[in-house]
Amino acid sequence: MMPRAFRSAQPSREFRPAQDVVTLRLGGELLAIESGLVREVLEPGAITRVPNAPAFAAGLLNVRGTVVPLTDLRIPLRMPRCPRDADTRILVLDLKLAGAASVVGILAEKVHEVTQISSAAIEDVPDVGARWPAQFVRAIGRKDTQYFIIPDLDAIFAAFLAVPLGAALQIA
Amino acid sequence: MTEDAEQLFPIEARALAESLEAGLLDLKSHPEDRALIDGVFRDLHTLKGSGAMFGHTRLAQFLHDFETAFEAVRDGRLRVSPALVELGLRACDHAMALLDGGSAEPGEVLLSALAALTLEPGAAQAAAQPDDLAAGTGVGDSLALGREAAAVPDQDGPPPWSLSVYLAGDTLTLGGRPLGVLDELRALGAQRLHPLLDRLPPLSELTPDRLYVGWRMELPGELSEEVIREAFLFHDEGLDLELERRAAGPAEAAAARGATAAADPEQPDAERRPKGSAGAMMRVPAERLDEMMDRVGELVIAEARLAELAARSGDTLLITVAEEIQRLATSMRETTMSIRMTPIGSISGRFRRLVHDLDATLGKPIDLVIEGQDTELDKTVIEMLADPLMHLIRNSADHGLETPEERRSMGKPDVGTIRMGARYSGAEVVITLADDGRGLDLGKLRAHAEKRGLIGPEDDLDDAEIRALILQPGFSTAQSVTELSGRGVGMDVVRRTIEQLRGTLEVESEPGHGTQISMRLPLTLAIIDGLLVEVAGERYTIPLAAVEHIIELPEDRAQETGHTRLLTIRDKLVPFLRLRQLLDSPGAPGPHQKVVVVTAGELRVGLTVDRIIGSSQTVIKQLSPLHAALKSFSGATVLGDGTVALILDVPQLVAFGQALDAVEAA
Repeated sequence: MMPRAFRSAQPSREFRPAQDVVTLRLGGELLAIESGLVREVLEPGAITRVPNAPAFAAGLLNVRGTVVPLTDLRIPLRMPRCPRDADTRILVLDLKLAGAASVVGILAEKVHEVTQISSAAIEDVPDVGARWPAQFVRAIGRKDTQYFIIPDLDAIFAAFLAVPLGAALQIA
Repeated sequence: MTEDAEQLFPIEARALAESLEAGLLDLKSHPEDRALIDGVFRDLHTLKGSGAMFGHTRLAQFLHDFETAFEAVRDGRLRVSPALVELGLRACDHAMALLDGGSAEPGEVLLSALAALTLEPGAAQAAAQPDDLAAGTGVGDSLALGREAAAVPDQDGPPPWSLSVYLAGDTLTLGGRPLGVLDELRALGAQRLHPLLDRLPPLSELTPDRLYVGWRMELPGELSEEVIREAFLFHDEGLDLELERRAAGPAEAAAARGATAAADPEQPDAERRPKGSAGAMMRVPAERLDEMMDRVGELVIAEARLAELAARSGDTLLITVAEEIQRLATSMRETTMSIRMTPIGSISGRFRRLVHDLDATLGKPIDLVIEGQDTELDKTVIEMLADPLMHLIRNSADHGLETPEERRSMGKPDVGTIRMGARYSGAEVVITLADDGRGLDLGKLRAHAEKRGLIGPEDDLDDAEIRALILQPGFSTAQSVTELSGRGVGMDVVRRTIEQLRGTLEVESEPGHGTQISMRLPLTLAIIDGLLVEVAGERYTIPLAAVEHIIELPEDRAQETGHTRLLTIRDKLVPFLRLRQLLDSPGAPGPHQKVVVVTAGELRVGLTVDRIIGSSQTVIKQLSPLHAALKSFSGATVLGDGTVALILDVPQLVAFGQALDAVEAA
């Protein structure tokens, strides 16, 4: 709990040198999510479509009796989407939404492993800013020769919640 | 332990003060009711006593004179007068202020007023002891008869009581004061006080802070057992008390009968039921109840899954176990829900006090009649209701009721009546608040709404729609803003609160005869009866309370997509909405569509669905903030097979449908 509370207070472009992360594939890229946030990884069961909801949070799933929203990071990160297959997983995360502790699912095309990566500041990696909205990327992590996008989940969810959804969603 | 007790004291004191307030207000209309007088005296006495015990000496000193005054009332030396009730109420406020650390009104003023009142020769026309008893019967109140019976042995000069008592061994460690108890007993007339040292251990085993000593004493036979036991009010636990008449005989039997009879009067009178009449009570933090409700909700869901799996397996043994668990889960759910249920009466004291105060400020005599006090609602609902109801009462008193002169000229009684009622209606509770005042002036309402820009002069509104205008934000009819109401924020806040509680609000009014506001509220917020329906292979739950009936959609209407969405149901035209369109569902509708006719406020609307699956208990799960903007859904629930189904918010969905239509029409 504690590290998360402090996390948002840190400048977003800084990242501790070595970090335990869960790595996953999304939109053909590699992503890393701080492992402390990950509650569990599920195979997608029945997902309920939420009518008239935006594509970012279009579903609901049941995680042991709790109704959890399912989100798709490919929307804010402007990544291509592909249909679900046998590798598709859902990471169940503990996040703070609008100040309240919440459980949120995020979609992954494939989950790789829990590992330690070192991070590089975003500017050190060329061309990145052009491909993903920079405000949603916290840093780029590196392990050996591979690079990982570390998404800024706080910024992504805050941006989503800030949009006056009512008008935009209800009447398309 | 002592700290616990100290924390509890303010809560207890508040409860006592509330009970005291209720008792005083009752006394106003039944000034000679013995049970009420005793109740008020008891509350004052307990409040004073426990106040002193926890170091609230100012409170105790302040209440002392009031206790004495009511003792005089109890003994028939003083009559209950409106002035005494009023003073008592102000004393209540003052006592609460003292508890909170401050004091709004100097206590001395109240005390000197009280002194003046008790010394007033007219008020104090000291009725002789025997007259007192006669007065009890004179009321013709059957409740007083119990007291009569209790008092019968008095005439024979009942034998004195013999009391042997040991307080709990840990009394001293818990901060109790045995000497205080002895003082109290002495005040009751205890005589021949002897210490009982038989439980004293040898010196080597003696723990200095334990209490080993007991006492034996004689008490006047005139005292009732109840009064004697009251001296041990705060020493119930571990109390070892023997109380008997010195000489056993017919008088004793009579006294025993009297004691039971004396206890009885409180039972049939539910309206004035004093606190703590039930056996053992426990105070539990509300969050624990909420937590428990959550767990039970999960249990109900898990149980539904188990039942479905068992049915699918066909294993009879498993099915038996599943049924057993279903039975247990159901009773568990009911028990948990009943724990959370609170009678409306629990907050009615505030309303009566409010009316008492309004009476004075507005110069309009008001009679508040409360019906159905025992009607129970979820505690959260009750708490959220208190403020809106206060507001409605204030509105009725301020705007609804006329002045006595106006009323007289209209041939109405001087005293205006505000009637609050609560009753069950299916899975809902209907709360009504009605006054017999001037009613709503539709013409004025309309003009005012136009002036405020809520409607245009060209808008065609029927009476019900005009009445509903008072619920609009920013609407206030008061000519000038009064201290009491008319701040222009009231009614729409009331409406919003009711909607938050998933309830509906309706205004009825007859000019010259009064206004009635009806609120329909669900019994509980956690679990509802739902109708499970299917649209394009997706399942949704409609709150059953909103469902009126279900019909088959005529086949010739199934395929049409045009804007003519009206059906003739029982000779009435009912608009209907295609859920498939509203929910943006994939695929084309099948040939056998059903129409679920629901009510949303005063509107009846049909919702077309593919299939009706059935009704079931639905545990409501709140949607996350990510979906909070989707007003069409009031929450989600987990079905027996583990999938999530959304719960449709019928009024919001209908509004959404109408908005969609408007967009399409544009």
